[in-house]
Amino acid sequence: MPDSLILRASARYVLWAGLALSVFVLLRGHNEPGGGFIGGLIGALGFVFHALARGPSETRRVLRLDPLAWGGIGLLLATASGLPALLLHAEPLLTHQWIEGLPIGTAIPFDIGVYLVVLGFALAFVLPFLGEDSA
Amino acid sequence: MVLAIAPGPCDHRPMLALPAIPLLALTCVPVSAWAVRRAPRTAPWLAVLPAALFLLVLTLPDGAGFRLAWIPSLGVEISFHLDGLSRLFALLITGIGAGVYLYAASYLAGHAQLHRFLATLTLFMAAMLGAVLADDLLLLFVFWELTSLASFLLIGFDAHRAEARRAAQQGLMVTVAGGLAMLAGVLLLGRAAGSFSISEILAQGDALAGDPLAPWIVVLIAIGCFAKSAQWPLHFWLPNAMAAPTPVSAYLHSATMVKLGVYLLARLNPAFQDMALWQGLLTGAGAATMLAGAVLALRERDLKRKLAWSTVVALGTLVMLIGIQDPLATTAAIVFLLVHALYKASLFLIAGIVDKKAGTRDAMQLRGLGRRMPLTAAAALLAGLSMAGAPGFIGALAKDLLFTVHVGLPGLLPGIALVVNAAMVVVAGVVAARPFMGAPMRTEQTAKDPPVAMLVAPLVLGGLGLLLGMAPQLVAATIIEPAAAAMLGRPTGIALAQKQGGMLVLTMSLGALALGLLMFLGWRRIQPTLAGQGWLDAYGPDAGYGRAMRGLAVGATALTRRVQGGSLRRYLAASLVLVFGGAGLLLAARGGLALPAPGLWATPAQLALATVIAAGALAACRIRALFGQVMAAGLVGFGVGILFLTLGAADLAFTQFTVEILAIVLLVAILARLPFHALDARGAGERRRDALLAIGVGATATAILLAVLSVPFDPAIQGWMGQAAVPEAKGRNVVNVVIVDFRALDTLGEIAVLLIAALAATVLLRRAGKPA
Repeated sequence: MPDSLILRASARYVLWAGLALSVFVLLRGHNEPGGGFIGGLIGALGFVFHALARGPSETRRVLRLDPLAWGGIGLLLATASGLPALLLHAEPLLTHQWIEGLPIGTAIPFDIGVYLVVLGFALAFVLPFLGEDSA
Repeated sequence: MVLAIAPGPCDHRPMLALPAIPLLALTCVPVSAWAVRRAPRTAPWLAVLPAALFLLVLTLPDGAGFRLAWIPSLGVEISFHLDGLSRLFALLITGIGAGVYLYAASYLAGHAQLHRFLATLTLFMAAMLGAVLADDLLLLFVFWELTSLASFLLIGFDAHRAEARRAAQQGLMVTVAGGLAMLAGVLLLGRAAGSFSISEILAQGDALAGDPLAPWIVVLIAIGCFAKSAQWPLHFWLPNAMAAPTPVSAYLHSATMVKLGVYLLARLNPAFQDMALWQGLLTGAGAATMLAGAVLALRERDLKRKLAWSTVVALGTLVMLIGIQDPLATTAAIVFLLVHALYKASLFLIAGIVDKKAGTRDAMQLRGLGRRMPLTAAAALLAGLSMAGAPGFIGALAKDLLFTVHVGLPGLLPGIALVVNAAMVVVAGVVAARPFMGAPMRTEQTAKDPPVAMLVAPLVLGGLGLLLGMAPQLVAATIIEPAAAAMLGRPTGIALAQKQGGMLVLTMSLGALALGLLMFLGWRRIQPTLAGQGWLDAYGPDAGYGRAMRGLAVGATALTRRVQGGSLRRYLAASLVLVFGGAGLLLAARGGLALPAPGLWATPAQLALATVIAAGALAACRIRALFGQVMAAGLVGFGVGILFLTLGAADLAFTQFTVEILAIVLLVAILARLPFHALDARGAGERRRDALLAIGVGATATAILLAVLSVPFDPAIQGWMGQAAVPEAKGRNVVNVVIVDFRALDTLGEIAVLLIAALAATVLLRRAGKPA
């Protein structure tokens, strides 16, 4: 990887900016273009940039968990968001429940789950190619 | 899911206690693992679970039922039903289970994996209980397969032994393959009967036998039951299952697993008993199994394997009795089932004790243990006498019933019964008497009686054989007759306490006993002759199984070597030709080639974008430098993204851009890391062929897209989604609403696939990093 001081120094800020953008895109997705799929991809781009600048081992430290673990958490979250319908209201799995009068409901954790799976998926694929550590 | 506890057609009392039986056992699986792991001395106390369930089953009223909708659209229910037949089986499973738990805790005391063993045993018991109590055929099937899985784990418990692994795999292959046939039979049965409920199916009487599907149903279900209940020629897995720890063998052979096939045949008997096919299949397979098992039992020297072959004989006898349509045969089947469960469990447990104390299971070597192990010898004697059908034991009652049925049968069957029963006398003698008789053998350690915990079950079970033989009225009206009536579909009208049969039967009984004694005395000489018949092993089904499995491995290796040549370009070409060639041919053959209506043709801006995309694609083909190719491909990707934008698909464009960036970064990173020396080693001919392939794929894709666009578009769905998005899903972005709400289940499936793909890729990438 090219070793550039500017790249190295800016990596952290670009990562956080990218993550902030990705979360913004994730949350606005229900009304404007965006959502978990796109948000997850943008988040992954942030990490990829970080890995390019600092090496994937550093990125894995920032991630704390293995990308696959993040993906697993996402899948669990998405599945769990479908359970209230089944268990509390005797409706089919993933019939999203809403708080009366507010646009807040189980669709939000579901989309966050999608976000995490896409993020984990993309990083699990890309990170091994970005540096010497094949983790 | 709707919680509906409604009475079924035959049950009057909805009982929550009924589903609680398998549920409680299932709950105890993790609990037992946890408790025994933390404190191994709690292990014997686990026997309280089956003992409590035994009492529960005993007290529940006949006809108790429970129904809960599971998959209402398919008519599948979580439903349980208790009648005489299921009660008898549940009592055997829990009663013998209690003894087995107590024995196992002592037998495997100090074993590092005791907790795993007991948890698996509990899972197995739960599955068995679920299977015999289930009233829904598909629920029964689920539990049925669960018993196969649990027994796989139990047989392969000593996983470090190759023999145990092979036996576990073999048992699984045979029973699950049979289970597959059974599933097909069950589905057909549900279709023919219009219901998966066993009580509803049985309520139709013998009407089902006239259904055109009936022969298929009978054959398929029989295959499943024969595989499970080790009927010839699928009997070979059972003796190999002896690789399991002894308590498992005792449990598998007496009350569970192999009896499940017998249970289902008995369960469905009322519906099919008048079919000649049913009778022929069952009596034929049963008689063949009896005979094969008897021969193989006689030539065996290993105590456990000898008992295993005698189980094959017993299973053949049971299946044959189910196939004979005579109330007497029905009663005989039920009595023999009980008799066999009692003595077989006891004898297996004793064989385990002998193995442990004397250090061998070779019947030829075992001698004179009786004086040092008096209690074990007493238990063995009780069980062995019942097995041999000695007067006074319940085994004699079963044998009388058996012969009474047989004297009325045509052809060789009475003779077969006589010889087979004599062989059982020999097995009883060799396993239960011979090791304890005569001058003491030399053993490495002093052989002595085991702890009481290991003797309780053999002594109680053996004692029951004598008690019930003296006083059959204890169970005649409460256990035997209700079970037989359920199997026959009506009361049998047979009073058990009476002496069955006349002089002929008495002669046969005594004849079998005498012949058996004679053969027992000469067994030392008979056995080597029989064991010398090597062709029995060389051409037996076990050897056939081995050959089939080896053939499978060889064939798979050859196929893999052929198909997986290692050339990425070849794989790609093969995949493309297959997918696009197939799709293109299908499209052409079905006359799907069409041009869309002119209104869909592009605007000037889109045409310009299309030109850019085409130029990028061409450039990617022409540029020789890899980096340049990546950039050109990127041009195509971004061009498509902008095209999406001009069509108002913002989400799609957004995704396209991010994916494109990721792909370029990834490609560049790979190119930077990997040394590409020969950029393109293809010859001119290969290049032409690849170009043709690429053009063909592109043309096919275009044709498909044009065909899709030419189908009139129904705006109703789009309109509905647009209208419903805000009120139903609180979102204005219809694309996202579709993804996370309207089609959330699809999305869940997709992200699951994504994660699985990432898992597989991670494994491959990790392996690629390491030297092979």
